[in-house]
Amino acid sequence: MTDTDRKIREEFPLLMRDDTIYLDNAATTQKPEQVLDAERRFYETMNANPMRGLYDLSLAATDAYEEARAKVASFIGAGRSEEIIFTRNATEGVNLVAYSYGLHNIKRGDEIIVSVAEHHSNFLPWKNVAAMTGATVRYWDCDEEGRFDPDVLDGLITDRTRLIAITHVSNVIGRINDVAEVARRAHAAGAVVCCDGAQSVPHMRVDVRALDVDFFAFSGHKMYAPMGIGVVYGKYDLLDAMPPFLYGGEMIESVTKERTTYAEVPHKFEAGTVNAAGAVGLAAAIDYVNSYGMDFIESRERELTGHVFDAMKEMPEITVIGSQKSEEHHGIIAFKVEGVHPHDVTAILSDACIAVRAGHHCAQPLHRQIGIMSSTRVSFSFYNNLDEADEFLSAISGVRSRMGL
Amino acid sequence: MADTFYNEIINEHNLNPYHKHALKDANFSLEGVNPSCGDDIILNLRVEDGVIVDGAYEGNGCAISQASADIMLDLVIGRTREEALRLSDIFMRMIKSGITDEEKEELEEAGILESISHMPARVKCAVLGWRTLNEMFEG
Repeated sequence: MTDTDRKIREEFPLLMRDDTIYLDNAATTQKPEQVLDAERRFYETMNANPMRGLYDLSLAATDAYEEARAKVASFIGAGRSEEIIFTRNATEGVNLVAYSYGLHNIKRGDEIIVSVAEHHSNFLPWKNVAAMTGATVRYWDCDEEGRFDPDVLDGLITDRTRLIAITHVSNVIGRINDVAEVARRAHAAGAVVCCDGAQSVPHMRVDVRALDVDFFAFSGHKMYAPMGIGVVYGKYDLLDAMPPFLYGGEMIESVTKERTTYAEVPHKFEAGTVNAAGAVGLAAAIDYVNSYGMDFIESRERELTGHVFDAMKEMPEITVIGSQKSEEHHGIIAFKVEGVHPHDVTAILSDACIAVRAGHHCAQPLHRQIGIMSSTRVSFSFYNNLDEADEFLSAISGVRSRMGL
Repeated sequence: MADTFYNEIINEHNLNPYHKHALKDANFSLEGVNPSCGDDIILNLRVEDGVIVDGAYEGNGCAISQASADIMLDLVIGRTREEALRLSDIFMRMIKSGITDEEKEELEEAGILESISHMPARVKCAVLGWRTLNEMFEG
């Protein structure tokens, strides 16, 4: 372990007290002290219901919440803070878009294009919209390495296409998709793009305006923030024209028995008491990431990914799923061990105190497309180090013999 | 490395299952699936005068699901339906709540799967064959 490895590690209380080698970072990351402190500080120094109180505590809570919104906006390159809506997680963000935009803009006979690599969270909401409106879902298939060909997309786009759902980085194979190109082709056809950024925002610089996506959702907990806070970005004009998602408190301007006027964007989408402490925690997570810099984080994760990928390629019993080039796996490697079911692989790694994920990773259509039922997935954060990577490699090299093979 | 259920008995039943084959004269057949992990077995039994005279399974899945089905067939072949259901009930209780030492003895080799009860994610693998047996007889 280098001094840098140690310094980063010491910022994560769980990593210091638990000897687990945590390599399930695509599921959720551990939380640094800076984030835990920020959330605690919110409750200790400014806890009041934001948005409505006229006393100092509530104003402080409101300010902290709105500062967090501004921080998120600049972190992902949004043009204005109002384009940032806080949700529980990426799933809720996509559902907000599906219910509020989808149900009111997609009609019977219209078409929604969904990439086959989507996490169920950017797939099932669109199936639901199609079922409720009479629209059709068309699937954009990838090749066996998970690559999406824009020419295939052109073959799917028609004058009835209203929306394209695409993930920025696949949560199974770690491949980055050319979302800007998808947006260009979608817009040329008059369609909008809903992008799942859950696996990109924590690991690379993201600029939603450069991508030119219309909607973009991610979760805080996958980037060192607490669970229960997430974000959906939407272009202002689209958000402004959309009806509310949830109805209730704090999303209205005035209510009489006859008539309700809704609050402005983004508040009309944030009904009920908000997760202000979570938002403050997310802001602290952004500060934390920025204190190291995304380039530093990305280069460490690339080194770990490359190290494990290269070693796996030398193991005849291991098949890496997706791209056969290391640089196309953004911190995520899904693989199979010949003759051993992924659940058994994962259980054996668990005996060595190594946490990885097994299963279909909430992406069953992608697994079916590439012809497998399930896989084991290892995913890195910049707080992991090469010693952990080597322990992981040593454990997987022993899996077959543990199974009597 | 901690003590686990990947012991010789499980590995042997997974790699060299005795009962994993087709059964031509089966008169009871049912598929059991764990969609979330891809465990999939088809259980085939030949039942005559209320006695399971032969049994086999086919399918794919993790070592726990496959070995558990093989061990179950070892136990229930030659028993009546009622006995098989009673043993299956003991097995389910072993995984879910706990059983007496006498009951565990009745399960013979299947008793080694007791430690699965501490791994909620693997419970459905271990009970797949037994659940399928129950559904087959009780509808």
